[in-house]
Amino acid sequence: MVEFWDSYALPTIIIVAKILAIVLPLLVLMAYLTLYERKVMAAMQLRKGPNVVGFYGLLQPFADGAKLFFKETVIPSGANKILFLVAPMITFLLSLIAWAVIPFDEGMVLSDINVGVLYLFAISSLGVYGIIVAGWASNSRYPFLGALRSAAQMVSYEVSIGFVIISVLLCVGSLNLSDVVMAQKSDLGMFSWYFVPLFPMFIIFFISILAETNRHPFDLPEAEAELVAGYQTEYSAMAFALFFLGEYVNMILMSAICVILFLGGWLPPADIAPFNWIPGIIWFGIKIAILLFVFIWVRATLPRYRYDQLMRLGWKVFLPLSLFWVVATAGFLVAFDMVPA
Amino acid sequence: MIIATLAFYLFAALTVASAFMVIASKNPVHSVLFLILAFFNSSALFVLLGAEFIAMILIVVYVGAVAVLFLFVVMMLDINFAELRQGFLQYLPIGALIGIILMIELILVVGGWHLSPDALKVIAAPVSEAAHLTNTEQLGGLLYTKYVYLFQIAGMILLVAMIGAIVLTHRQRPGVKKQVIADQVYRRPEDSMVVRKVEPGQGV
Repeated sequence: MVEFWDSYALPTIIIVAKILAIVLPLLVLMAYLTLYERKVMAAMQLRKGPNVVGFYGLLQPFADGAKLFFKETVIPSGANKILFLVAPMITFLLSLIAWAVIPFDEGMVLSDINVGVLYLFAISSLGVYGIIVAGWASNSRYPFLGALRSAAQMVSYEVSIGFVIISVLLCVGSLNLSDVVMAQKSDLGMFSWYFVPLFPMFIIFFISILAETNRHPFDLPEAEAELVAGYQTEYSAMAFALFFLGEYVNMILMSAICVILFLGGWLPPADIAPFNWIPGIIWFGIKIAILLFVFIWVRATLPRYRYDQLMRLGWKVFLPLSLFWVVATAGFLVAFDMVPA
Repeated sequence: MIIATLAFYLFAALTVASAFMVIASKNPVHSVLFLILAFFNSSALFVLLGAEFIAMILIVVYVGAVAVLFLFVVMMLDINFAELRQGFLQYLPIGALIGIILMIELILVVGGWHLSPDALKVIAAPVSEAAHLTNTEQLGGLLYTKYVYLFQIAGMILLVAMIGAIVLTHRQRPGVKKQVIADQVYRRPEDSMVVRKVEPGQGV
């Protein structure tokens, strides 16, 4: 009994507690991300945004959540019922399981696996299934068109994301995410983070994650002017809420990956007195918040891309450029004998 | 240890069950989704073996790319499911024959399998010097040194196949207007705009 407790029950309880410690704050953060988005958008459009529910509108996300929770889930009679309900669960689940390998601070990670970067790449490449299954299971025209668009879009941009990740990995010499962050640590502070030497890749990566999360200006799968609401058209209540949750958690996740690869993860901008008093997880959060601000800024500023322009950008601009940059990075590292051991 | 064993039987059973459902389910879209489940479970089996790199690549390549295209094609096809089932009994003997031949071949190959002396030595050695290297480093070291030519040839074959597919399916359609971004960027206001001062009551 003691052996069972020590070797099976206790580790399970600890892991479950850790998972809850990641997931619960994440969901609260996601709720406040919607408020953040509405407030920032409002400020950019000279409006006030939500300001009625709670002080300064702070309870608005919970009011919205409660409203969605008490609505009726309508399943269309022509839909494939099981897949129709499984699709939002896939989206939501995939956006959460990727957080298992994200290092929030030195040693503060649920599972410090050797192939962390590949794991994240694998999980993000699965995101398309939630959408494509939803589009097909709805058995309706607009969702299906939205799903097809999104499948093509996500597959296209994954290719250049892969090349960008390779060029970062060439500089790091490890697939472990903590190693990626530690490789960016030096006396130069924020100038040794990879967004400085790999600046074009940083820009390509950021634009690609906009496309990967179906955010503006690449939100073609749910372009309301053409496709009503795309793959979400037939969804209501909690099924819709799961899509919504998944999409916003994915935004935070992609920003976190970008921070880890290019902005030095939990490292402070300079390793001197006032900066290194602040714990690493706070720096990590600040950097993610800055990237999320850019997500919203882009949404408030840019018009939507046309579909052929989106494909052209992915295949004819980003793919050759990132492929060239991989070769250039490898050549530079070999020529100057800087290949990490 | 018991957890690893239980996990192995769980994943192995799920792999076999979902592989069976791939051929048994009536709807082709369900088949592809079961295929994805089979990929997932075999990737979990790789993780149990300690081959984490191959496990991740299996998901990235097969589930993330190949199966998406499968799903894409299967969803677009307008298949009459009842018609698809009609010739089932008619073709059953041929299918069964092919299955039995494949199984005999597999038994012959696996039954006559001998490990190479090199591999036996590696297994027998208590701690090899490569033990501290990760999966990725070991695979990379082998692929890019010992098997570099085979690796390059495989890449070339894939490239030729890709270009071949594009050449076969690409059609040049006349009269299609395409956006030329460079022309748009180089266009100046002077080329297309004239500012005129218009006197009231006279028109241009």
